[in-house]
Amino acid sequence: MGIDTLLLALIDGVSYAGLLFLVALGLTFIFGVVRVLNVAHGSLYAFGGYSAASMGIWFAQGSDSITLFLLAIVLGAGVVGVILGYGLTVLLHPFRDRDPIIQLLVTFGAFMVLEDVQVMIWGTQPYFVSGAVFQMGTSELLGVVFMNYQLWFIPSVALAVYVLLSWFLKHSLKGRQIIAVTHDREVATALGVNAGRIASLTFIIGATLGALGGALASPTTSLVPGVGADMIVLSFAVVATAGLGQISGALIVALMIGIARSLSVYFLPQFEVVMPYLIMMAVLLIRPQGLFTVAETRRI
Amino acid sequence: MKKRLLIAGIVFIAVLGLSAELPWVRVPMIMALVYGTAALGVVVLLRAGQISFGHAMYMLISGYTVAFLSQAYPGADGIVLVLAGTGVSLVTGMILGLFLVRYRGIFFGMLNLAISMVIFTIVTKFYGLTGGSDGMRIPRPSLFGIDMDRAGYEATLLVILLVLAIVLIFSVQQFFRSSAGQAMASIKTNEDRLEYLGVSAKKLLWQGYALSAALCGLAGAFYGLSQGLVTPEAGYWLKSGELVFMSILGGSVHAAGVFVAALLFEFVKVYASTLMGGAWQLVLGVSLIAIIYFLPGGITSLFRKKRKTLEVRS
Repeated sequence: MGIDTLLLALIDGVSYAGLLFLVALGLTFIFGVVRVLNVAHGSLYAFGGYSAASMGIWFAQGSDSITLFLLAIVLGAGVVGVILGYGLTVLLHPFRDRDPIIQLLVTFGAFMVLEDVQVMIWGTQPYFVSGAVFQMGTSELLGVVFMNYQLWFIPSVALAVYVLLSWFLKHSLKGRQIIAVTHDREVATALGVNAGRIASLTFIIGATLGALGGALASPTTSLVPGVGADMIVLSFAVVATAGLGQISGALIVALMIGIARSLSVYFLPQFEVVMPYLIMMAVLLIRPQGLFTVAETRRI
Repeated sequence: MKKRLLIAGIVFIAVLGLSAELPWVRVPMIMALVYGTAALGVVVLLRAGQISFGHAMYMLISGYTVAFLSQAYPGADGIVLVLAGTGVSLVTGMILGLFLVRYRGIFFGMLNLAISMVIFTIVTKFYGLTGGSDGMRIPRPSLFGIDMDRAGYEATLLVILLVLAIVLIFSVQQFFRSSAGQAMASIKTNEDRLEYLGVSAKKLLWQGYALSAALCGLAGAFYGLSQGLVTPEAGYWLKSGELVFMSILGGSVHAAGVFVAALLFEFVKVYASTLMGGAWQLVLGVSLIAIIYFLPGGITSLFRKKRKTLEVRS
């Protein structure tokens, strides 16, 4: 194990963490406002990936233009996020006063439906569209060659999303309303915030983030049925470890899990898939509410 | 009580008669009873307000115990295998329960999910020992010391499962009505009140968790015996999700509901996959959402007498 292997593992981990962060961020963001753990988020990830790949084939075929490629990713994620995100809010609307478990199950039902719809649209053949990734070129770091896409692009997109979202939440009116609804829906409503509209806005933003994660992952992983199911459990692990509704927490935990996972790919391959769950269990053993949650006062 | 026995008797005869008349019903019926038993385990936890997204792991553990034992001791009787599988699941549940009962709500669900994913992965990765994702074959054992052909074996399994289901429904219902069961239900409404009464919520939940693990283990052993095969898929989180779904569909009114839900689930699956080809998940998903929408209290709420029940709202 040399320094270059370690470096390779680190870069891989950071790039993977970027994807994981985007998906988990969407999940935790939705949970914060709507209080629903959205199982269908896995489908959003898969749909985002597929739709970006299709758009890539559709209008960027043949040309290796990076602009077109970026357009495919953004459009792919945006279309899926808005359509499915809005669809899910409409679906969940009649259940909004029911037990959270029931709402979770409704998203589970939606997940089952979307799994089949995905196979109907895109079939079971793996999709792999990666032309523009090679177009972005490679760079050398301490004697190791990396793809720019993984080294710079994914981490900077993740970071940009994080900064933008934090700014949006702290400094814009809509963002502040979202925070108000997260803290106390009743009081926010009493102060004149339209909590229902805020909820659907949040849902669409969260869904777009999930789809963006899938769209960014599509050039480097092959898309097959079942990617959504695998991704959703991983982002559950990130969200639970960080503490529900914690945005900065999700970033740190995604980095932890991403790097630990890729380190184990290189040094302990048997533990690769288990690693995130082991971290989650270890963290929850020490801090039962998650790393970054303040313990709630108990109601008597 | 007499009326209940009468209903149980009618159901018993109806299921057996139907399976004797239509042989293709037999396997879905067995699977429905197996999943019903497992989902009954999830119902026990649901009673305490906790959902587990990993309980299929106890089916997996029990199924693999059966597979290993039947390889190590080829002559072992099916009943012994079932007892062993259930026992191993129970013990695993008791051990894991020790630390899981500290958690509530989403964290409880997610930790169960995490553990089940770890077990799923271990079983998939240790190819040499477990056969990886191809799973392990379980040769058809004797039942009660009698060797049977396939039809007789399936019929016997069906009778055992049916009797077991009826016994389990009555005893779980009895448990819900007992003081321990009532106390467990109040973990859902308000745990602190329970603690003020001097009852340990953790201990209660631990007992419930062990019971639910044993029920899933029982189901897993019969799953292995009736399929003749266990694969890691049996413990994937989607299976656990299906168990949760069945238990919610069944409703909290009566323990019998979960078996009705499992039956419905299994037959929708069979019908959808014959009529719609690959799209059975779609049909299932749509019908599940529709049932949640139209029957908020679960399937059993259809049969509830129109009487005023005391509903405690949290």
